[in-house]
Amino acid sequence: MGHYLLRRLLIALPSLLGISLILFVLLALAPGDPFGELASNPNIPPEVREALRVKFGMDDPILIRYFHWLVAMLHGDWGFSFASRIDVDQLILQRIPTTLYVIGTAQLLALIVALPVGVYAAMRPYSMFDQIASTVAFIGFSLPTFFTGLLLILIFSVNLGWLPFVYRADISASGWQWYWEYIKQAIMPIAVLGLFQAASYTRYVRSAVLDVIRLDYVTTARAKGIGERKVIIKHVVRNALIPVVTLVALQMPTVFGGAIVTEQIFRIPGIGSLLISAILANDTPVIMAVTFVFACLVVLFNLLADIIYGWLDPRISYS
Amino acid sequence: MSEPLLRVKDLTKAFPIRGGLLQRQVGSIHAVDGVDFQIDAGETLGLVGESGCGKSTTGRCVLRLIEPSSGEVTFDGKNVLALSGDEMRALRRDIQIIFQDPYASLNPRMTVAAIIGEALIIHGLAKTKQQFDERIAELLEIVGLKADHMSRYPHEFSGGQRQRIGIARALAVEPKLIVCDEPVSALDVSIQAQVINLLEDLQQRFAIAYLFIAHDLSVVEHISRRVAVMYLGRIVETAPSRALYAAPKHPYTEALLSAVPIPDPKVKRQRIRLAGEVPSPANPPSGCHFHTRCPIAEARCSQEAPKLKQSADGHWVACHLR
Repeated sequence: MGHYLLRRLLIALPSLLGISLILFVLLALAPGDPFGELASNPNIPPEVREALRVKFGMDDPILIRYFHWLVAMLHGDWGFSFASRIDVDQLILQRIPTTLYVIGTAQLLALIVALPVGVYAAMRPYSMFDQIASTVAFIGFSLPTFFTGLLLILIFSVNLGWLPFVYRADISASGWQWYWEYIKQAIMPIAVLGLFQAASYTRYVRSAVLDVIRLDYVTTARAKGIGERKVIIKHVVRNALIPVVTLVALQMPTVFGGAIVTEQIFRIPGIGSLLISAILANDTPVIMAVTFVFACLVVLFNLLADIIYGWLDPRISYS
Repeated sequence: MSEPLLRVKDLTKAFPIRGGLLQRQVGSIHAVDGVDFQIDAGETLGLVGESGCGKSTTGRCVLRLIEPSSGEVTFDGKNVLALSGDEMRALRRDIQIIFQDPYASLNPRMTVAAIIGEALIIHGLAKTKQQFDERIAELLEIVGLKADHMSRYPHEFSGGQRQRIGIARALAVEPKLIVCDEPVSALDVSIQAQVINLLEDLQQRFAIAYLFIAHDLSVVEHISRRVAVMYLGRIVETAPSRALYAAPKHPYTEALLSAVPIPDPKVKRQRIRLAGEVPSPANPPSGCHFHTRCPIAEARCSQEAPKLKQSADGHWVACHLR
């Protein structure tokens, strides 16, 4: 197992290197630079702007700049945000807890909804419950989060005034009031993200359970005289979960990507909105760092999926 | 005459066909259509018929793995269909089933010991860990596997070995009846013989009765004392194995037997070829189900369903003309 992990991590290194190179070149080739807006500022003479460009090495050849970036990053220096005027790694560390809190809770909600609904629907396929669940799930993953997000804001914030529609990191209240505010502002983004995920997970769980439930070993379990509840949990769900777990693990990076939109709608100060504002401001070091973090997450969750798979399925061994 | 171990009377199972916008029932598949048979303790009844004739459904209805639509199933003096859920689960100690596909019938995430032993725990047959392990080892040896196989997973075994695990699993609770649902159809011919011999040995050792479902007539002839032939949800003929194979009475049985190949290229058999396809069980023919393909059918065959009647000692046939 340890040997396998080591090998996988070694394989991951060149792919991360490749990803970072492609990202860097793409960003360098894209039009616009962090000092673009200085050009329209009459108080700053063009020579100053030029000096800044030279100071940050913006006019060096791309490969040399990439090499500088790589060496700096390996030394733990992720660069300096031109827009926020602090170190990029600090900026990311500030933003990541909020994103993890919102996305993690949303994923939890998605699983809490999808597992029982999907299993129950598959136990009675084409029943009224199944039909309704399938239809709702279908609608659920057909509606993009930017639509449902705005809809919820319209209903619960604008019309009813129950929930705040701007997520604030600096809540002024204290004590219990603080926790309540903190939870209240997260309800809508978590619901939007979580239910969207739940919709697709439900359909996936349903089909995975349906695949397993008609197998002979499930009938065998019933023939042994085991109660139906135990048959479903021990023999059906455990086997059906293997593909579902893989799906969830592999979807995590995508969820981070999808959360960008949700973070933007609810103004959540997470890593997604950081990326958006960095793109708008041409803040290349931040864009580079955030996209690279996403790339690491993809590699990490792929590895995690493989490890979980081996743990769940005795037919797979990593020796 | 003593009471048989299992008596099945007028068993029917109709699966609803739903259609239309509101999923109303628009018809039904008559998978099993009034089946009668009985099995004595320790004997084997072979149930043969082509694909889709309702053999497997009959077998599963006996265990109530599929709930029958109507009829009577009496096992050991108990009315099986009237039992509550708990009583039925308790009865599963006495009736077990072996499946056709040894790859699908073992939970891939459980060890052999867990698969075989689960029923022991459910029915309280193993009190201690030591008892449990000893019993598993004993069962594995009975079916010709090794005791140290118990901590392995199903994927580490071949098809024949997996079927042996399935048999050990069924044996674990010391059942009186095992429904063998095509237990050898998925195996190689050489392995088939081993598994059949194993089943016969077990029958002699533990006096287990088998309901042996198959479509391979030579396998059934070898293992069964009596054989019942099914066509489109009904039993058309039932007789002692030897009598049935020597002198079939029903025209369908005749046709079936004439299709069994003889392992000698010089001998040519006069094959009876049946015209047409098996009619759909959603819309079975009137009268005798076989009349649409029967070479000797008469007018009354399409109007009146024949009853099983005894034509010789223990030889029952459902045909107006024989």
